[in-house]
Amino acid sequence: MPPQLPISIAGENSLIVYFGDQLSAEIAAQIAQTAEHLRQSMADRLIDLVPSYGSLLVIYQPLLTDHFRVRQLIRQALQQLDKGKGEDSNKAPSQSGALVSLPVYYSTESGPDLQSLADRAKLSIDEVIAIHQQIQYRVYAIGFAPGFAYLGEVDERIAAPRLATPRQKVPRGAVAIADRQTAVYPAQSPGGWNLIGLCPQPMFDPSAEPSMPVQVGDRVTFRAIDRQEFIALGGEL
Amino acid sequence: MRAGFSVIQPGIHSLLQDQGRYGRHNIGLTTGGPMDSQSFHWANRLCQNSPQCAAIEVTIGGLVLEAKINTSIALTGAAIPLSINKQPAALWQSHRIKPGDRIELGFANAGCRGYLAVAGGFQASPSFGSQSTVAREGLGGLHQDGKPLQAGDQLPCAESADQPANQRLAQAQRPNPSTDNSAHCRVILGYQHQAFSSVQKQLFFSSTYQVTDSSDRMGYRLNGPAIKPAVDGILSEGICLGAIQVPADGQPIVLLADRQTIGGYPKIGSVLSLDLGKLAQVTPGGTVSFETISIEQAHNLLLLNQRQLDCTELEFVTAEASDNDQS
Repeated sequence: MPPQLPISIAGENSLIVYFGDQLSAEIAAQIAQTAEHLRQSMADRLIDLVPSYGSLLVIYQPLLTDHFRVRQLIRQALQQLDKGKGEDSNKAPSQSGALVSLPVYYSTESGPDLQSLADRAKLSIDEVIAIHQQIQYRVYAIGFAPGFAYLGEVDERIAAPRLATPRQKVPRGAVAIADRQTAVYPAQSPGGWNLIGLCPQPMFDPSAEPSMPVQVGDRVTFRAIDRQEFIALGGEL
Repeated sequence: MRAGFSVIQPGIHSLLQDQGRYGRHNIGLTTGGPMDSQSFHWANRLCQNSPQCAAIEVTIGGLVLEAKINTSIALTGAAIPLSINKQPAALWQSHRIKPGDRIELGFANAGCRGYLAVAGGFQASPSFGSQSTVAREGLGGLHQDGKPLQAGDQLPCAESADQPANQRLAQAQRPNPSTDNSAHCRVILGYQHQAFSSVQKQLFFSSTYQVTDSSDRMGYRLNGPAIKPAVDGILSEGICLGAIQVPADGQPIVLLADRQTIGGYPKIGSVLSLDLGKLAQVTPGGTVSFETISIEQAHNLLLLNQRQLDCTELEFVTAEASDNDQS
């Protein structure tokens, strides 16, 4: 038996399950699976779920259920997780979640911090671009702004701290790095991450269903495109 | 949907709000919704609406509307003087309205958020299933862009053909905002509360905090004795309504309707939702104190509150009673 994961009270109608305290693809997959299971088992007793790096917040309808019952439903979901592991041991957790490929126009024109990031890393710009594309990232959390997905982990060689002074305006579609995380800005907003390129694919579209191309637990790869393809895909400079 | 009201003056900050946007935390959307959900509920109830109907959350006041249809309205929450065609009209009561009527809200004498409901509710197009206006996300509101009401806006609502008699909520039942600009909040310990020593907890629960200027629909930033948890930061995790986060400076922040969905500061617990409405009526400079309750007590309070909302009968108002009651 694996050790029991801690479940804490968060508020009058929410419990939070802690899966671990570090970034891990396996944990991200477990959180996504538990969320999916609870959506089914709790049905209209569920108000909302907030998956994040190492935890899952479960918000329930207190007029229909209570923390005793929800705790039990969470434990049942976690047991399914263990069972799934045994039956399907061939399927590594790193393979779970959808795989989404995002096109990026990497250049000093579209990524104003590309040069400084390369200088800092003592690499060429082409090396930085190549390293950013080498990793299959995991969506660890979505938050900060609608559609903002935190992807990890960036190769240590191109990890870079946030800017000392955040920009007032980061353009929509900006592909950025902060420490060992990377992301695509879904809309123009202030931001302090290092900008290395632009992605023409919308990351958040309120009129589309689904309104985001990724969800927590999915895997993301980046694919370099040139200026011409970027414009052809609807990108704006 | 035809225009039910024209906005003559939007006032300080007036927002369309329904119960909030739920089930979308997975794409990073907050809930929005009324800051004082009790007063919001009663405004709808007085107009014989379902609790889901959209009303206007008026902060401080100053809203002026002109009616285009026959309908009923009700204003609840903060003590904002209300007049209809220059005649003072009572809060916590429905009023029949006819085309051409001018509805004017003054500025709050106590509290800061009023709720103006109309029979059948305001009917803007929803964003992600809700009309709730969230400025930070650019979602909801009359034009689905997160903007507050503007002069010249036409508010869609349905004509209410057979107007019911005016009704009011009995004095004793009204959740009036405090006259001394204070709130007492009941807290369910949770999240990282074990990272706060018993001394730190005692300090927090025995102190009075002041509401600072940097308080808004996202959260109320407080100022008072600093409390220090044993951890600096945590992996960002889901934040529920009313969560009390404590950043490195030890000054607590109570997270409200427009809160961020995830965050990395330690949290000592969460305020009971029934008390958030009272907190939301406190203006900068006002005071807040806290006490702990168990999750079981919180659950009982929520169930009983719902029963009270469902079972409370409204009073019918005669013309004289209405004129004499300006509270």
